[in-house]
Amino acid sequence: MSAMNKKLIQNLAEALCKQFKHFNTEEAECLIRLFNDLLEEQSERRAAHGLDRVKFRNILHNTFDMTDDMMMDRVFRSFDKDNDSYVSVKEWVQGLSVLLRGTLDEKIKHCFDVYDLNGDGYISREEMFHMLKDSLIRQPTEEDPDEGVKDLVEIALKKMDYDHDGRVSYADFKKAVRDENLLLEAFGNCLPDAKTIQVFEGRVFQKSNELH
Amino acid sequence: MGVALSRAVQWVSGSEDKLEDTPLNEAILSEIVLFTEEFSAKHPEEAKLVFTEPLQWKTCLNAFDFDTEYDISGESVMSRESNKDGHPLLHLDPPDITVYTFYHLSTLLQLTEVKKIKEVQACLEANRNPIMKILGSISAIAKEGDLLMEIKEDEPSERNELKMNLLNILNQLDTKLLNTAVTQITREGRLSPTAVDIEVDELKRFCGTGESRALKSVRYTSDYVFSNGCRSSPWRQMDGEICSLIIETCDTEPTMFITCTTTGVFLDEEVKGEAGENAYREKSDVYNDLFTLLKNKSLHFAEAVREQDSAIHDVPSKEIQHMETVDGEKTGQTLRSQDRREKTAPEKSRQQLVQNRPGSKMKKFEPSLKWKNLGLTSPYEKVEEKRSVRSGESKKVLAYCTNSPASENKKRANFSESSLPGCRSSQKIKTPGGADDFFESSSEGEEDEEQPDRRAETTTNLPTEYWQIQKLVKYLKGANQTATVIVLCALRDFNLVQETCQLAIRDVGGLEVLINLLDTDEIRSKIGSLKILKEISSNSQIRQAIADLGGLQTMVSILDSPDKDLKCLAAETIANVARFRRARWTVRQHGGIKRLVGLLDCVPDGVSLSREQERDVEVARCGALALWSCSKSTKNKEAIRLAGGIPLLARLLKSPQKNMLIPVVGTLQECASEMSYRIAIQTEGMIKDLVKNLSCDNQELQMHCASAIFKCAEDKRTRDLVRQYSGLKPLVVLLNEAENKQLLAATTGAIWKCSISMENVAKFQEYKALETLVALLKDQPEEVLVNVVGALGECAQIPENLATIRKSGGIQPLVNLLTGTNQALLINVTRAVGACATDPENMTIIDRLDGVRLLWSLLKNPNPEVQASAAWAICPCIENAKDAGEMVRSFVGGLELIVNLLKSTNKDVLASVCAAIAKIAKDVENLAVITDHGVVPMLASLTNTVDDKLRRHLAEAIAHCCTWGNNCVLFGNAVAPLVRYLRSKDPSVHQATARALFELSKDPSNCVTMHEHGVVKLLLVMIGSTDEVLQEAAASCVANIRHLALANEKAKYG
Repeated sequence: MSAMNKKLIQNLAEALCKQFKHFNTEEAECLIRLFNDLLEEQSERRAAHGLDRVKFRNILHNTFDMTDDMMMDRVFRSFDKDNDSYVSVKEWVQGLSVLLRGTLDEKIKHCFDVYDLNGDGYISREEMFHMLKDSLIRQPTEEDPDEGVKDLVEIALKKMDYDHDGRVSYADFKKAVRDENLLLEAFGNCLPDAKTIQVFEGRVFQKSNELH
Repeated sequence: MGVALSRAVQWVSGSEDKLEDTPLNEAILSEIVLFTEEFSAKHPEEAKLVFTEPLQWKTCLNAFDFDTEYDISGESVMSRESNKDGHPLLHLDPPDITVYTFYHLSTLLQLTEVKKIKEVQACLEANRNPIMKILGSISAIAKEGDLLMEIKEDEPSERNELKMNLLNILNQLDTKLLNTAVTQITREGRLSPTAVDIEVDELKRFCGTGESRALKSVRYTSDYVFSNGCRSSPWRQMDGEICSLIIETCDTEPTMFITCTTTGVFLDEEVKGEAGENAYREKSDVYNDLFTLLKNKSLHFAEAVREQDSAIHDVPSKEIQHMETVDGEKTGQTLRSQDRREKTAPEKSRQQLVQNRPGSKMKKFEPSLKWKNLGLTSPYEKVEEKRSVRSGESKKVLAYCTNSPASENKKRANFSESSLPGCRSSQKIKTPGGADDFFESSSEGEEDEEQPDRRAETTTNLPTEYWQIQKLVKYLKGANQTATVIVLCALRDFNLVQETCQLAIRDVGGLEVLINLLDTDEIRSKIGSLKILKEISSNSQIRQAIADLGGLQTMVSILDSPDKDLKCLAAETIANVARFRRARWTVRQHGGIKRLVGLLDCVPDGVSLSREQERDVEVARCGALALWSCSKSTKNKEAIRLAGGIPLLARLLKSPQKNMLIPVVGTLQECASEMSYRIAIQTEGMIKDLVKNLSCDNQELQMHCASAIFKCAEDKRTRDLVRQYSGLKPLVVLLNEAENKQLLAATTGAIWKCSISMENVAKFQEYKALETLVALLKDQPEEVLVNVVGALGECAQIPENLATIRKSGGIQPLVNLLTGTNQALLINVTRAVGACATDPENMTIIDRLDGVRLLWSLLKNPNPEVQASAAWAICPCIENAKDAGEMVRSFVGGLELIVNLLKSTNKDVLASVCAAIAKIAKDVENLAVITDHGVVPMLASLTNTVDDKLRRHLAEAIAHCCTWGNNCVLFGNAVAPLVRYLRSKDPSVHQATARALFELSKDPSNCVTMHEHGVVKLLLVMIGSTDEVLQEAAASCVANIRHLALANEKAKYG
């Protein structure tokens, strides 16, 4: 069983690492093992489908230091390509390849997908407002506590909306981020930072080295 | 001199012929002493001009003070020359003295040892109008045209010319004296030039074209501003005058000529009406400022001004306010001017004023001078103007405020504390929200209010940016990470190169927030913040503020970050901030130097660099930039070296990238001021790379390379290396870049230092560098000239170059440079001229250009290095000039001057002067003169020195001085020390000493002394020398001793 399993994992790893270029076979294997371990922690019933939302959010929170509920939900959505509310092993490896080792363009795509809340291909004013609404300390003295956030949305829009249609398209977003890398995570933290990545990779991949 | 004497000098009141004992008088007198003493040397022709009337006074000199130049008979002294009436040009009959020429005045002062100032004072007190006596009636007329005509009528033209020259010289002195006096007097001034300027600027705003204008035009009579801010000519400044104005008003006719003086402003008679100094007269009474004067003189102006502030301006309150100040502080000045005004103010305008100001009584109130001196005029006037522009509603607000007693009190309280906040607070009212706003704003701290005020002055056209930045910074203070990044990006979209934005960020407290962000863990916030700080730190005020807020410490710690972008940004920002001393100190104190040096560690010249390596190179570049800024402090240079920076810099020096090389070479050349670096640059093989980059296409890099070579080439080995790596040719090529003066200064500096090696000079000859250098002697800044002349001086050590310099026309510009004042330049010029003088043909030119006299004058320079260099240069001049003896005698006081330099404490000065004296003493007449000046005891007193260079030249001087009179005997006490010179290790000392001893041995008692000190044994060794001159001198000396011994024996036994 174990040998069988190992063989299966190896095959899967080979297939996945061909598909998503950033990992070698060993690394892919480690990620699959990690996935399997995490899956076992879940209740039996759901295990067949993959990691559910709660489990995945826990991982994002504990492993990648993400704190914003909405952002974690959105990252889950971004991982869950087939929209079945579970992250499969393939989606797991695919998602992590972007999070850990993605090129700038891949990351831009990831972030845009996260920020495009309704998935219509644009980040609208309302979506921005939604994402930024807690980003400023509210001044109770002001008449309109949301004024600052609204202003912030306008600032962001001014910086990113190159075609002046009042919303940020994927092309706009890409151009803006390429001009100024800092804007990659403009509307919320949805990528792990370099230090977290280092820790995570060290933990997961080193374990594999020890095993083999 | 005339004006200065009649006006500047302070006479004891009541007595017309006694000078007061004040610092000002003393300054003027010592100026005159200096002038007179140097007169005969500087202007020998004019000095001989006989005065129209003699200057006579009671002197404290007596016959003993005069030397052989004069005929002394008993108590009285007479000069040998006399004027056409047969009076001697100088006649002393104690205590009365009569002098006819400046020459004798000069000599007289030189003879006076201690009481020079007393003498001049006595002279001036006895001769109230010396110019008149010197030049005759002409001097009363200041206009030179008239002067010329008048002289031509009755006197030969040559004498006229001299007179003109003399008058010019005296006028120059006059101006100088006046300047001395003016600087003293303006210090006590009450109305300052700046205050007037501010007021004139204010008035200019009232000028316009429309119906509502208050004035037609305001202008100065003179556009030239003296360094003290005044516009009036110096002799007028003597009266405290600051400037004259021409003001056209709308109603008065024709135009008003107004004079501003330190005591106040007044109308005057038309300026052009009369000639002479007293051309203007006070036509009106004196007012304290222009505004008041105009209000009184021009009804239209008064009306217009009143109209502008009638609604808002609580005139009575303001007046009372000022009145209180005036009454409280009644300075003598205010009183005086008010009294004067009270007496003569035109009745009509006064009544007008009174009618319009029911609140004021019969007295007229004006801003007090104290108020004015606080510099408040301008803000206050601006406030008035602004108020007038504001909407009616806001006017009402203000009117309300000022009418309510409470607010009035408040305002007044503000004024009396420090009027500034009061002004600001009133300016700040912009919202028509009622009186509460006023109170609130005026109760705010001064700190907060200061900024909008200043901003308003500098950025009146860009207020929107300021508010936008303020808003963004406000968001930044309460933003989470996501919002922070957005705001930072938005801030970066402002034009951060513009000072308005830079200061706006600071003024709204943005710097604190940005620096706080550097302390967080958020890399993106840090990067965003640093990107802004990097830009705005191009402003020096921002740099100071960043350092004050402790930003440098944080940035230094960021250098440890693993993120390379972050490191780059931090290093670049440090590079910008560390442009002043305290910042550099902070960087060092917090271990920044070590970390920055750490950034340099990368592989700069790999053939194909990976992306990571490229980023390493970029980090190293930023590190080098920061080190470049830091390396301007000596201790940082040392710290860089201790941190192991030199080998890393050497490695980076091999980089092919110019943007890397510029900071690296910049750092190196900065550090090359330290010996340790110069050695390291040589031993680490950096000269090769420096030479290589001399031929690059970037002038900044070329400049730093040349500058590094300039500093390093003091060392012979380095000079050889530059030649070996064929760096001399590119240097010569760089001489053609005459437009870039910094580059030219560095290049010529490198050439100068390289030319210290004769092999290099040969190369320079080959590349025809000398011709180019000579061409650079004209129209160049001093830092270039110093180096060019230095290089020529070195090249001229090779005889064949002397002709080259002459043929390319270098002698004249060199001699011209002798009149300069830059000490470094003078040292080099004297050296170069001295070297040139070794060629007889060159010497002819130098002589014709009066170069020796110029050199001789430089002996008076206070800098000992210049003195020594000049004295060295004089030696070849005397040697090679025709009729050198005659030439030297022609310098009045020259011989005494050089003999007196033997009192110097500087070894090099002494050696050079001894060398010069040795040359001078070859002429018997001159030897006689210097003997009279006491050269013998002075030389003898120097003999105890152990400095070989001085010993050699001293011995030479003694040898030459022995040949006059009984000098040989007088040198008696110098014999023993001279004998010791023979034990010196320097052979050139031996030769000179042996010759001196030979001369001295002509006196029997000297022989005895020599013998007693064991000279024979030492001389016997010298006789065995290969140097023939030494041999002969030693042998002759022994012979003299022997002769004496024989004669002695003969006398005893024969």
